[in-house]
Amino acid sequence: MNHLDLLTFARGSALNWALIIFVAGTVLRFFEIFGLSRKTDLARPRTDSPGSGWRTMLTRSIPPQGMLKREPVTYIAGYVFHLGLFLAIFFFAPHIEFFRSITGLSWFALPSALVDASVVAAIVALAVLLAHRLNNPVKRMLSGFGDYLAWTVTLLPLLTGYMAYHHLMFEYTLMLSLHIFSVELLLVLLPFTKLFHTFSVFVSRWYNGDFFGRKGVAS
Amino acid sequence: MKPKQMMDTSPGTVGEGLRQRGVTRREFLKFCTAMTGMLALPPSMAKVMAEAISKARRQSVIWLSFQECTGCTESITRSHSPTLETLIFDLISLDYHHTLQAASGAAAEHAREQAMKDNDGKYLLIVDGSIPMGNAGYSCIAGISNYDMLVETAKGAAAIVAVGTCATYGGIPKANPNPTGAVSVADIIKDKPIINVPGCPPIPVVMTGVLTHFLTFGSIPELDALGRPKAFYGETIHDRCYRRPFYDQGKFAETFDDEAARKGWCLFKLGCKGPVTYNACATTKWNEGTSFPIESGHGCIGCSEPNFWDAGPLYKALSMPVSATGSMLGAAAAAGAAAGVAVTWYNRSTKAQAKAAHAKVTVQELTREEK
Repeated sequence: MNHLDLLTFARGSALNWALIIFVAGTVLRFFEIFGLSRKTDLARPRTDSPGSGWRTMLTRSIPPQGMLKREPVTYIAGYVFHLGLFLAIFFFAPHIEFFRSITGLSWFALPSALVDASVVAAIVALAVLLAHRLNNPVKRMLSGFGDYLAWTVTLLPLLTGYMAYHHLMFEYTLMLSLHIFSVELLLVLLPFTKLFHTFSVFVSRWYNGDFFGRKGVAS
Repeated sequence: MKPKQMMDTSPGTVGEGLRQRGVTRREFLKFCTAMTGMLALPPSMAKVMAEAISKARRQSVIWLSFQECTGCTESITRSHSPTLETLIFDLISLDYHHTLQAASGAAAEHAREQAMKDNDGKYLLIVDGSIPMGNAGYSCIAGISNYDMLVETAKGAAAIVAVGTCATYGGIPKANPNPTGAVSVADIIKDKPIINVPGCPPIPVVMTGVLTHFLTFGSIPELDALGRPKAFYGETIHDRCYRRPFYDQGKFAETFDDEAARKGWCLFKLGCKGPVTYNACATTKWNEGTSFPIESGHGCIGCSEPNFWDAGPLYKALSMPVSATGSMLGAAAAAGAAAGVAVTWYNRSTKAQAKAAHAKVTVQELTREEK
């Protein structure tokens, strides 16, 4: 199998299966989460909690008073990584073409150099976050296999994409195939690992906010 | 002072042929300089090349055409005359070529056998077209199957040049479902140096470059992993494309005739395969350097890559899935939903069972454990 055949496989059957697992897995997880239903209140809530869930979706995205100073690495590197990854996924012209072919929707692309810079920022942020995770005793204690797996499968598409664009290590066709394979690995694992927070983050924030609000805890 | 003799005019040499055609030493040196540039050799090699070629005997070449469309021959012979390409073609001894030779039938086959006998171990074998491994009747010449003719002729060849994507990688005849069982030259011949010059058709000057290199050094040029001369196939079309800056700026043509297309913006979205295609079109160009497909407004179809015909739709961007569809994903979502309902039902029944099994404990039943 030559490199172009590998690329055709990566864009063909491999991608089809990865997308099928990703979509089916994501829908399954949502059914599972929502199907658990909420606990019935055994006592009347102290307050009604209008908008508490929605408010928490926003407030949990912003560091609470004093936390930015206490945990600058977690917050800043976290923001940089997520923003860099978001720009790379949704604003690189070839990626938009991918979304267009599946959804029919398209939007403006950013110049390659800007996307490139955001990828570098995301990779650096990931490296910093890993170092911090390993050096911070609390974070290290809280981390398990799932966390390191999530870190690795998130890094791979960024790294291979960067290397393909800059023609590093392997020739472009092979590196592009590896990039697509790494994305497929991410797609397959996403619904079943901590990476599912991509979809569930705001759902869980809303739930927490609403739950705590109804119990009378400040949200 | 006697001028330095550059062209050896002894009978049968290239120098003699050039002289007969009235080619001046200056013109010949210009050709050699251009060739050294093309082959990425140091400029000083131009003189060495000129001397070597002019002293060389006219190289015997046998050209075999198998499952092909004659596009490769058209490409090489139809370059506007008189070009350096046709010039060098005049200077080899093309002893056998279906399309170009005057002889036919038994006389033609005799010419091939004679050339093989006279130049045993020295002739250059050029092949265009793929070889059918299915029924031999799919393609045969003078009652000889393509496979037999290739194996027989390759035996005494100094080197083989596979011209065009069919000979190099199987090409369009090999495209799915490959009804004739087409294979490339390199799939059959394993004991001879093979230079792959792919393209559908290949660029004439690449062909000339390979011949020049062989005449000068008596060896084949440096090849890449797919057997292609690195000097011509070292970089992708995309990396050498004059529209590349538009790609980097995120400026793309959406259709073949929109304003962006007229402005010469990048054709990536229209399915251009330039990023994964290694060839020299963007630098050497076609028709005496006039243009190349992308310059004419059409994306690269990747014709110099193995199995390009089966590498996804020609008009789908390289980053688009080859075959994934919305309905496929819809079915996946439906399957996910069905599985989700099953999981939810299971979870709820577990919960209900736990609730049913829950035994209430009254305060009276509680006893303090004695310590």
